[in-house]
Amino acid sequence: MEVAAEPGNLAGVRHIILVLSGKGGVGKSTISTELALALRHAGKKVGILDVDLCGPSIPRMLRAQGRAVHQCDSGWVPVFVDQEQSISLMSVGFLLESPDEAVVWRGPKKNALIKQFVSDVAWGQLDYLVVDTPPGTSDEHMAAVEALRPYSPLGALVVTTPQAVSVGDVRRELTFCRKTGLQVVGVVENMSGFVCPHCAECTNVFSRGGGEALARLAGVPFLGSVPLDPELTRSLEEGRDFIRDFPKSPAFPALSSIAQKVLSKAPARVS
Amino acid sequence: MEEVPQGCPGTGSAQAGRGASCQGCPNQRLCASGAGAAPDPAIEEIKEKMKTVKHKILVLSGKGGVGKSTFSAHLAHGLAEDENTQVALLDIDICGPSIPKIMGLEGEQVHQSGSGWSPVFVEDNLGVMSVGFLLSSPDDAVIWRGPKKNGMIKQFLRDVDWGEVDYLIVDTPPGTSDEHLSAVQYLSAAHIDGAVIITTPQEVSLQDVRKEINFCHKVKLPIIGVVENMSVFICPKCKKESQIFPPTTGGAEVMCQDLKIPLLGKVPLDPHIGG
Repeated sequence: MEVAAEPGNLAGVRHIILVLSGKGGVGKSTISTELALALRHAGKKVGILDVDLCGPSIPRMLRAQGRAVHQCDSGWVPVFVDQEQSISLMSVGFLLESPDEAVVWRGPKKNALIKQFVSDVAWGQLDYLVVDTPPGTSDEHMAAVEALRPYSPLGALVVTTPQAVSVGDVRRELTFCRKTGLQVVGVVENMSGFVCPHCAECTNVFSRGGGEALARLAGVPFLGSVPLDPELTRSLEEGRDFIRDFPKSPAFPALSSIAQKVLSKAPARVS
Repeated sequence: MEEVPQGCPGTGSAQAGRGASCQGCPNQRLCASGAGAAPDPAIEEIKEKMKTVKHKILVLSGKGGVGKSTFSAHLAHGLAEDENTQVALLDIDICGPSIPKIMGLEGEQVHQSGSGWSPVFVEDNLGVMSVGFLLSSPDDAVIWRGPKKNGMIKQFLRDVDWGEVDYLIVDTPPGTSDEHLSAVQYLSAAHIDGAVIITTPQEVSLQDVRKEINFCHKVKLPIIGVVENMSVFICPKCKKESQIFPPTTGGAEVMCQDLKIPLLGKVPLDPHIGG
């Protein structure tokens, strides 16, 4: 007998998006962060759930390192990264004694924490919950999908870089989505070309075209290509708001367009 | 897909066989008897197998996408340039096995012989093993939880007939989890020379790499040194340098100075490799 999910702490969350890749280092956390910032600038209230337990990158990207997590009656209070409290964040990064502390856990322990992150964080009212994941198709991904399934996520944003070695892993991630019944909102191709600041020549540092071809092959939407942009990298290193501070930067148009496409996918909910 | 119950406390845990989630598990009795806490016999078997392998090097990073597989492949090729040096490259990235593609061995299959699994030879003196060779299609996803991944790694170390090898290079996935613990655990009796840790210059990589370094200290794995990959980009047109991944906190150089670990070198971004 299937038990109906207790709405609990996700009752006020309208749309859930998972950001996945089979491949590491393609920019999942970057895209998660920029998507959250862009959605915030579009007037939405956003939560970010960072389920990368071994390599939690999001706190630094939003200048929230070292913040403490407090408890309330409904569970853990997520960390607000801005004064207006329009972006909240939960990450294992906040639970470590030191930033260099390694989380050396096997699967079952990781699964248990991810379940807690889904059910025991008091997210409150959110328009979007963006779930950033580590690379792969293993414990964290299965735990996140299973815990979120009762809340009907909007789907997965799958990130790749153009070259074959990334596309090869991301094909497997698309299979994971199919097997677990997770809809693919679209594919984002990151690190798509670098424009030399000295001579404006564009070099395809990580090859080209792989993301768009993959989307076509898999029959899923292609949401856009984001170029390599040292301004974006620097902005993330310093925990700055790239969307607000660098509208003229090469990556800005692509990131804004991706956010618009995500906004247009969300079905109107009858309240 | 599921081999262990949800919420399995782990076969080595004090709660093994006794937890609520153990009810109904086929291994419950075994775990409750304490058998799970006994050392895995495979560790001795692997020690025997590894007697013909002179040097074992793990290539690690905390961070994904920094070039572990690329570096592992180049190191393997470099060592194998001397045709008298026997080199083995083992890819234990079970979910994202990149080595077959990087080595130009996609589509190759693994064969069994009386003495175990045969590695795929890319040169006479360079053999390769990866879960990639066990998949029948490029879309096949390996959606396994930790225990099943650990089983595969055990098989790779115990059942592959490597023969006489001067260098075994083990390419790993990003993180500090099952694959890394298993590799260190199963090789614990066989002496690992050490780990080469790969990073890129920016802090978002370094913060994960510091965790990996702490992992190495925790499991007493010696660190041979750190390689900083994607250091600079040299424009093929104007030949000027740009930093695509800026070393906002001093890059690997400062991290290595702080942690007193050798910096083995810096490798620039090369579109010929990236492409």
